[in-house]
Amino acid sequence: MRRSGELESSKTPANLMEWFESFWATYNTLVLSIGTNVLLALSIYLTLATGLLTVANAAFMGIGAYTAGLLTTQAELPFFVALLLAALLPALVALMIGGPTLRLSGVYLAMATLAFGEVVRIFILNAEDLTGGALGLNGIPQLTGGFEVVLIVGLTLYIFLCLARSRIGMTMTAICQDETATELMGVNVRGYKLFVFVVGAALAGLAGGLNAHFTFFISPNEYGFERAVEILAMGVLGGTGSPWGAVVGGVLITVLPELLRGLGHYRPLINGVILILIILYSPKGIWALLRPARAATGLPGTN
Amino acid sequence: MLAQQIVNAISLGGVYALFALGFTLIFGVLNVLNLAHGALFMLGAYAALAAVVFLQLPLLAAVLVAMLVTGIAGWILDKVIFAPLRTRRAPHLAPMIATIGVAITMTSLVEGSFGAENLRFPPEVLPTEILTLGPVQITQLELKIIFLAFALMGVLLWGLKKSRFGRALRALAESPKAAALMGVDVEGFFRVTSIIAALLGGASGVLIALNTNAVFPHMGQPMLHKGIAVVILGGMGDIRGALLGGFFLAFAEVFSVAYIGSTMRDAVAFGSLFVVLLLRPQGLFGHAAQRRA
Amino acid sequence: MLALSSVSVRFGGLHVLEEVSLTVPERGIFGLIGPNGAGKTTVFNLVTGLLSPSFGAIEFMGQRMNGMLPYQITRAGIARTFQNIRIFKEMKLVENVLVALGARSTYTAGVWLPLTSYHDAERQDREVARALLAKVGLADKAERYAGTLSYGEQRRLEIARALATQPKLLLLDEPAAGMNRVEKQVLVDEIVKLNQNGLTILIIEHDMGVIMNLCHEIAVLNFGSLIAVGPPDKIRANPKVIEAYLGPDDRSPSKLQVTS
Repeated sequence: MRRSGELESSKTPANLMEWFESFWATYNTLVLSIGTNVLLALSIYLTLATGLLTVANAAFMGIGAYTAGLLTTQAELPFFVALLLAALLPALVALMIGGPTLRLSGVYLAMATLAFGEVVRIFILNAEDLTGGALGLNGIPQLTGGFEVVLIVGLTLYIFLCLARSRIGMTMTAICQDETATELMGVNVRGYKLFVFVVGAALAGLAGGLNAHFTFFISPNEYGFERAVEILAMGVLGGTGSPWGAVVGGVLITVLPELLRGLGHYRPLINGVILILIILYSPKGIWALLRPARAATGLPGTN
Repeated sequence: MLAQQIVNAISLGGVYALFALGFTLIFGVLNVLNLAHGALFMLGAYAALAAVVFLQLPLLAAVLVAMLVTGIAGWILDKVIFAPLRTRRAPHLAPMIATIGVAITMTSLVEGSFGAENLRFPPEVLPTEILTLGPVQITQLELKIIFLAFALMGVLLWGLKKSRFGRALRALAESPKAAALMGVDVEGFFRVTSIIAALLGGASGVLIALNTNAVFPHMGQPMLHKGIAVVILGGMGDIRGALLGGFFLAFAEVFSVAYIGSTMRDAVAFGSLFVVLLLRPQGLFGHAAQRRA
Repeated sequence: MLALSSVSVRFGGLHVLEEVSLTVPERGIFGLIGPNGAGKTTVFNLVTGLLSPSFGAIEFMGQRMNGMLPYQITRAGIARTFQNIRIFKEMKLVENVLVALGARSTYTAGVWLPLTSYHDAERQDREVARALLAKVGLADKAERYAGTLSYGEQRRLEIARALATQPKLLLLDEPAAGMNRVEKQVLVDEIVKLNQNGLTILIIEHDMGVIMNLCHEIAVLNFGSLIAVGPPDKIRANPKVIEAYLGPDDRSPSKLQVTS
């Protein structure tokens, strides 16, 4: 492993090091997947907590993945720059479509973002010269390491936790519960919605960029409906009560198919069943089951 | 070959309209965006294929089997998912999210059981006779498809307009509470609507499968998107809009393929969907539907 | 302070408001009454920006309000409560008020850094929120969830929240609905106090006792049109008003006692 040199430390016993190295050798993809999925879960948590049901994050992830992948393979830019742009480009797109799109609500918003996702996928599919079309993008350098992922996830989680406890978090919850009343308290609701939409897009794009650089190969179908459902499942599973819910959702969705041996293939099936079960039995997400005292506001459309 | 294109568009439009009718029916009456409708469509195609291959049934019987199977699926969907959520007064987007789960689950199960490849109907089952009506060449199959699609739509529309059941259904769509106060068995009607909508979805699945001779697990996905495009264009919950929208989309697709190229065909649906949603969410024909009580 | 000039609201063929003109003087208590469906809540929706007038102009403190977004109108100094109470049931009382205070705050940038200035500002705001809750007598329940309050207490929370936006004009939509005689008296006293402290009040009410005692001036709407404007005793005696409420038969134009 590339990182073995950095694992030296005179203070830790030798067998712990060996254990860690072998653990990493076997499970590094899983750990990195957990990391990017937690980022994705956090990206949808933000919009769900504000009462927006958007399923566009898979598309934003795709935009980020292709941006970063192309920048490191074609333009040979440093990883850090590629990641930055992987976050920036989806954010810009979100900014552009956000204005008119966020005027919609409920089912219409869901459908519009669904349609947007398809448009992006078709675009990637057809822009063959740029993206390789259906054949996908190959040979992306394996630049994502545990360190980057942990750092980024940790930072994001910290920021989100601060946000959730602050008045911004309270305002998001208020918008989720009653948009009109909130606006009449002087809150720029449209601005808030755009803010969470754009930040969510940036985060999803970042996750895409990170993900592309440990999976070696990306294709348009990676970022279509099944991915959108997976992200939604993470968000619904985690609930909107707290960013920790998103962490739980991301971890569970990643790990569950692996734990149930041999069912890794049936990942979409598991996501589907989870969605159904959560909606039927614990619509406020699994976090509400674990912490019933601090009642979550529930899904968009509660009022 | 304009006339030929028109015939293609009519046959395609019939199927799109059929699909959209089921979709819009559930939205109009149950107030749920049933994103599992595409999966039901797919289920219908597989059921018909299985009927032909394993039960050696003729085509028409296979269509009926498909409708039976999807009808049962619609019944299950309402009983297991929609009804409990209604009782619990769940947030109104909850059923939609559940249908996303159902769609993915069904697709995954089918893929696991039948494989991901494109399956075809055995050639001896598909009538290949070509009829020539003036400048147009049409296969017997296509003719049957058009006939079936229009027959089903006709029955549904007649039922909605003229029968007592249809009247009750329309009342229900406007206001479940008022309908209940007038003695309508609301839950029963919701269940039946779910079944009928699923039937239509399954029927359209078979028809498309026959038209393209392709049955594969993910075939519901693009169809669902088109269904969404159609009901947005025509107005959510609007029956007439679903019909007109279905034909409108079919014509737009056929003619854009003929004159622009086939790769962007799906983009036509989504592009227009996106634009319509942004400019006129109630659709070209719909009215801003306000659900009262 | 607030002036509606020939304001009309039409939805296709439905004329919800027709040529309504009225002026709410500064520091006054202005009542808006009329049978159900007369258009009173529509006026509120117009003034707060939830609706745009089909014709006519709305002016607040000399500034034209047509087309302004609701949150901008609130920041300009107009606050409102709702007929069906719209508090955030799943948030604590103090949080309900904090959201309203937030619109005027400027310290959001430091939210993720444990900078003392941010935390000081937030602590200050919490103090202000508690003070507002104390003003309406809910200070002891500050940390409870709003859904646990009684109906009357929820109404008071709504008022506290409205006050948090530092309004100059407060719109009250049927604040006395569902209250008993004692509660209504308390409410009236509170409103008078707020008014004495400089707040202009525009109130929709069905309870004639409350309206007649409270208001300096009253406007009467019926079927979207203004049928009378004036001080309480003039309104009481106005035959058109009586006809609007009681129907066209002869009744002596003496005390109008309609309790809701």
